[in-house]
Amino acid sequence: MSAPATRAEVCVAACAEAFRGDGERLASPMGTVPAIGARLAKLTFEPDLLLTDGVATLRADVDAVGSSTPPVIEGTMPYRRIFDLVWWGRRHVMMGASQIDRFGNQNISAVGDWKQPKVQLLGARGAPGNTICHTTSYWVAKHNRRVFVERVDFVSGVGYDRAAELGAGARFHEIRRVVTDLCVLDFQTETRSARLVSVHPGVTVDDVVAATGFALEIPASVPETATPGDEALRLIREVIDPTAQRDREVR
Amino acid sequence: MADKRMTEADVVAELRDGMTVGIGGWGSRRKPMSLVRAIVRSPLRDLTVVSFGGPDVGLLCAAGKVRKLVFGFVSLDSIPLEPHFREARQSGRIEVLELDEGMLQWGLYAAALRLPFLPTRAGLGSDVLALQPELRTVASPYDDGETLVAMPALRLDAALIHVNRADAAGNGVVLGPDPFFDDLYCMAADRAYMSCERVVATADLTAPGPEPWPPPNLLINRMMTAGVIEAPLGAHFTECPPDYGRDEAFQADYAAAAADPTTWSAWHDRFVAPATADAYERAVAAWREAHQ
Repeated sequence: MSAPATRAEVCVAACAEAFRGDGERLASPMGTVPAIGARLAKLTFEPDLLLTDGVATLRADVDAVGSSTPPVIEGTMPYRRIFDLVWWGRRHVMMGASQIDRFGNQNISAVGDWKQPKVQLLGARGAPGNTICHTTSYWVAKHNRRVFVERVDFVSGVGYDRAAELGAGARFHEIRRVVTDLCVLDFQTETRSARLVSVHPGVTVDDVVAATGFALEIPASVPETATPGDEALRLIREVIDPTAQRDREVR
Repeated sequence: MADKRMTEADVVAELRDGMTVGIGGWGSRRKPMSLVRAIVRSPLRDLTVVSFGGPDVGLLCAAGKVRKLVFGFVSLDSIPLEPHFREARQSGRIEVLELDEGMLQWGLYAAALRLPFLPTRAGLGSDVLALQPELRTVASPYDDGETLVAMPALRLDAALIHVNRADAAGNGVVLGPDPFFDDLYCMAADRAYMSCERVVATADLTAPGPEPWPPPNLLINRMMTAGVIEAPLGAHFTECPPDYGRDEAFQADYAAAAADPTTWSAWHDRFVAPATADAYERAVAAWREAHQ
């Protein structure tokens, strides 16, 4: 018997679940826990997933996060081809979010008035194109009211309300799920407003509500997030993340 | 073939106040830093800078050279946020055109192909479009009638790129894994200036293999370039594989120095003021010795 799954390991498994059903698509996880999750998905229920080495090649083998073992290269993927791939649509990105709102609009550009921001962040990066062209999920390592806000200050990644206004232009838009250190959310509601899918073991619905700055859709019964089984735990602990980098992102 | 070799100072002498300058590379990767430092030392001003931004944008913002920045992001990669860029934005000192990074590529490509715009879905529904009326949409003329972003051409007066090897005629090869968009910058520009780690004979551009072979990233040819600048360590402290990786300790020192005007002024005097490759290398070597 393995030691029980930690919160970080539950988050890894929940990130892996986001990629279920993707088949031969490029998984682009941003952040350590999503990177472990995508590898776990590939080693278990999604063997056909494609992953990059983080630079410019497609890597056929699954390495440990943070390792520098030489890759088995199955293709090249410099940035020029990444944008082709984004617009082609065979990609599922899991991005971070400095702010996210009830319809899944995401902000990584700037906090405050965009014309003269209080806090300048990265810039829109690929978020507008990613969200309008292919499946997107989000990973939020610290679920709190600074991140989960009523309205984002700048729409970098497009949410369901903005997408609805576009009609046909948004036919490739999909926000699959949001995984946080407390819970899993999705947008499978009539209004496309965020719904609580599951709470991680040890977290209550009230904890999530208290940490969220907008009204969540909460079903009558909210299950616990599935914990990884023994084989998944072995893969996480011994193969994918033997140096426990996941514990630096989720405590 | 013409010999296009020149110095960083020669390049700066060809630039003018108010020009639009595109800078190749990506984030803190293969940036033409010796050319950027030469601009910082010059009296040039009011530049519009187009960049997948890294410390190039930071240095130019810190020196007050930027009137407007056209960008998708500005980052030091291993340090996510660029301190000088943040300060310039938060103090409202620069105008911006903020783009999805695929839109930025498309704007360079449109300019390279001499088209007024190229259509894309990237940007639809986001505040990149909603808050920047200079970006417009176009209706497909076909039966689908779809509304698309009409990404305007980003025409450049000058482009600055840095590659691993070039010949004196202006052919260049990237030996690392990603050429980024350097060829598009060159084709989008009236005049493109290419710095390189080493100027070699044309025959040696294809020399890395056992037989002469066309490396996949032999993408810059002499039709695209107006000048060649031999600049060993010309991308430092950004990475320039396989010649060198990013100088992480030095980059951390750069970012830390940016926190305060006094420390920044000292950093500038030490590492931006030296006008030759030798003097810069000596300053970095002295720094490294003190930090080991």
